[in-house]
Amino acid sequence: MSHFFYSFHFYLFGILALASAVVFVTRKSPVAAVLWLVQTMFCLAALYVMLEAHFIGIIQVLVYAGAIMVVFLFVVMLLNLGHPNEISDARGKRARIVAGALGLVLLALVGSTLRIRVATAPEQMERLMRARLEEVGAVGAIAEPLFREYLLAFEVTSLVLLVAMIGAVVLGKRRIS
Amino acid sequence: MIAEALALSAALFVIGAVGVLTRRNAIIIFMCVELMLNAVNLSFIAFSKLYGFSGQAIVFFVMTVAAAEAAVGLAIIIGIFRHAQTVNLQNINLLKG
Repeated sequence: MSHFFYSFHFYLFGILALASAVVFVTRKSPVAAVLWLVQTMFCLAALYVMLEAHFIGIIQVLVYAGAIMVVFLFVVMLLNLGHPNEISDARGKRARIVAGALGLVLLALVGSTLRIRVATAPEQMERLMRARLEEVGAVGAIAEPLFREYLLAFEVTSLVLLVAMIGAVVLGKRRIS
Repeated sequence: MIAEALALSAALFVIGAVGVLTRRNAIIIFMCVELMLNAVNLSFIAFSKLYGFSGQAIVFFVMTVAAAEAAVGLAIIIGIFRHAQTVNLQNINLLKG
């Protein structure tokens, strides 16, 4: 029963994410597109939680849906792109057919690799992860690899953020005197 | 559920790629790139069920880089808009021969 409950919601959120992604790509108005992308990200957050990544699920909602997409929305407002244009920004028919064909080829390629038997999560690993989550909590479980194995990468990340901050300020300034 | 998550991730990535190829609005193309990053994140999370919590740490980094990229990219788009009064990539063709 609980397994059925789990799979039902997994497929529900998966199909919702897929559908809202398709709607997002086909919207003319940038505002509608942003909001549909936020919907996709919420569904993905639910999937992350179901895949035992609780902390990442929360971060997805806070940072992606909450912060990054609001910045996008803000820029759409700033550039006054909210009014749906009569002229669609989609490329011509030929480009669309080529893109569709390329997409199908890509999907077929990825699909053919998926036919290689994907292992189901081994019981042992699953029990190990559950125990770890119970022991140190959702944040502690991800903190351990973050601050041991990837400590250097973590420190470099702060540098990346600093560079991005300075870059955004410099690019946003009207004129550098 | 890992196989299903990977299939969903592949589908989302392809939707994002087709969006990049078919649209001309720079902001929408940028959002399609974000969608592709999200698809990759999903497969990292799915694989973290097989190989432990390291995959989730990588997702953390991907999100940070995505945030930095969004900040710089949107600043560039605002700069382009100031210069050309449009974000339609058809009208921004200085490098076209």
